[in-house]
Amino acid sequence: MTAPLLELRDLAKGFPVRDAIGRRRGAVRAVDGVSLAVPKGSVLAIVGESGCGKSTLGRLALRLIEPDSGQILFEGEDLRTLSPAALRARRRDMQLIFQDPFASLDPRMTVEQAVAEPLRLHRIVPRAQETQRVAELLSRVGLRPELARRWPHEFSGGQRQRIAIARALASQPKLIIGDEPVSALDVSVQAQVVNLLQDLIRELGLTFVLISHDLGVVRHIADRVAVMYLGRIVEEGATDAVFRTPRHPYTRALLAAVPGQGQGPAALLEGDIPSPIKPPSGCRFRTRCPHAQAICAEIPPPLAGAVHRAACHFQDSLPAAPAARETDAGGERLRRLQAYFTDQKQRTGELA
Amino acid sequence: MSATAASPAAPAAPPARGESPTRRAIRRFVRHRLALAGFIVVLAFVLVAALAPWIAPYDPIATSWSRIRKPPSELFWFGTDENGRDVLSRMIWGARASLMAGVISVLGAVLLGVPVGLLAGLAGGWVDAVISRIADAMLSIPFLILAIALAAFLGPALENAMLAIAITASPVFVRLSRGMALDAKSTDWVEAARSLGNPPWRTAFVHVLPNIVPPLLVQSTLSIAEAIIAEASLSFLGLGQQPPAPSWGSMLNSAQRFLETAPWLAIAPGAAIFVVVLAFNLMGDGLRDALDPRADRR
Repeated sequence: MTAPLLELRDLAKGFPVRDAIGRRRGAVRAVDGVSLAVPKGSVLAIVGESGCGKSTLGRLALRLIEPDSGQILFEGEDLRTLSPAALRARRRDMQLIFQDPFASLDPRMTVEQAVAEPLRLHRIVPRAQETQRVAELLSRVGLRPELARRWPHEFSGGQRQRIAIARALASQPKLIIGDEPVSALDVSVQAQVVNLLQDLIRELGLTFVLISHDLGVVRHIADRVAVMYLGRIVEEGATDAVFRTPRHPYTRALLAAVPGQGQGPAALLEGDIPSPIKPPSGCRFRTRCPHAQAICAEIPPPLAGAVHRAACHFQDSLPAAPAARETDAGGERLRRLQAYFTDQKQRTGELA
Repeated sequence: MSATAASPAAPAAPPARGESPTRRAIRRFVRHRLALAGFIVVLAFVLVAALAPWIAPYDPIATSWSRIRKPPSELFWFGTDENGRDVLSRMIWGARASLMAGVISVLGAVLLGVPVGLLAGLAGGWVDAVISRIADAMLSIPFLILAIALAAFLGPALENAMLAIAITASPVFVRLSRGMALDAKSTDWVEAARSLGNPPWRTAFVHVLPNIVPPLLVQSTLSIAEAIIAEASLSFLGLGQQPPAPSWGSMLNSAQRFLETAPWLAIAPGAAIFVVVLAFNLMGDGLRDALDPRADRR
């Protein structure tokens, strides 16, 4: 394995919870001791239910939110030790794609201004070549360069997400974090944007962190998967291994919840995700775990294992899970749509 | 099947340059009749004030014993005052004082209040707390009382009155821009600006400021109306425009002694203040409607 481009060490962040008159009443521990490595040129997916801290983790990794503790090593350098100015200069190498393309573009900037902004901030091309470069970027993401002078409100969600992707690519970053980059889009558009991301990752050799709850998309493009539950990583491994032989009961439940998976209701989780203000003692998943025993309330299980790690005391003794079927529903749907659009692309030339 | 699956009609070629938010607002403003009327009245008064030296029929400060308190006539459309000066000419020159006081003092209030408000909203923490408390304290004092106190402290002169009004009007802009900046701060596009590597000042002025211009513009027109009244009040009290230079407020002041014998002295400046203030308010309302983001969905 190549050296990690990004490595998180024991990262933690809590958001203070205040009562009506502003006194601190504990904290939501959104991210609680996460360690992860993203090798150069790989695609890591972070999956989990909403509220498990995956978006916070993405922002912590870029130091858009200040962590309470831990290290963010980007090319071996701890981002937390950088001065504000040095951090801004470093942002050239790491970009974020937001979930909601209707909110992530400044409504008072034309497409050209938005895409040119990183070029200007980091002095990537001389001003005279800006228009040219923006046109290249727009056609790279499948938009006609003539649209450069238009305003965001004139575009559809899919087109806006392409603009956001072009903006993220403008500074030629080494790392891109996609925070649910397709989940706000229509299903048909999702497939197109996933295709685009996949092409870009392959052709530009991007290192990509995909934050998502869509297991179909994840299985499709990720090399490795990290499963988060209540601010912690519960399982991490190669995509195939995690999907075929999940070692943590939570991962199994997630996979079972994919529609059309057909593992019966027994595998589905009951109850709600516990409050992150007062997480359960020991293993955080024990309140919903069908295999929980006394030890689970006492000792938090470490993330154990070499290549395929899981945080469960019984990961080696769990009854064999029915292996996730080769073609899970989400992936199948996506594949069909992608096949359709690839086909159409060949028939009609460039899309959009 | 293949016959019905014909490719959909190609959409009409879109113009190369889309409609900017600004242009769209102008289009909507022009369709708003009352607002347009307000705008035209304001424009007329601005022209009158700007062209005062050429269109005023008489010297506004030349006195004459032979024509004291003459009622309106063909020669003196609005009559003459207690010193024999032409009321129309004084009105025209007085428009300068009023409009300048309105526009310049609000401009000052914006230049003072908006950066401070942006700082408070975007920086947060104790900076925000200190700035907000000061603004709240100033807002708790009635507008005119504070303006009078400041003007009296600075000394009677039109410039000082304008400065006093600017300071008094600025907390509104601090508060407004702080609130808007707070809103903006929680949006993805401001976070995106940060993640692209924008320094804080650039985020504030290149991203946040252009997006909060609409409410600031509306507030400015409404504040100008208020400032015109404040200037008239200060001049009425002798704290603004100094005699013999004319101002609507000081004209009203000298007119009050002759309300029964020479009512035209009070009617003209009073009506002028009323019309200008109304026009600014109509314009402000129209701007608010034209710039309303909720009306975006066409």
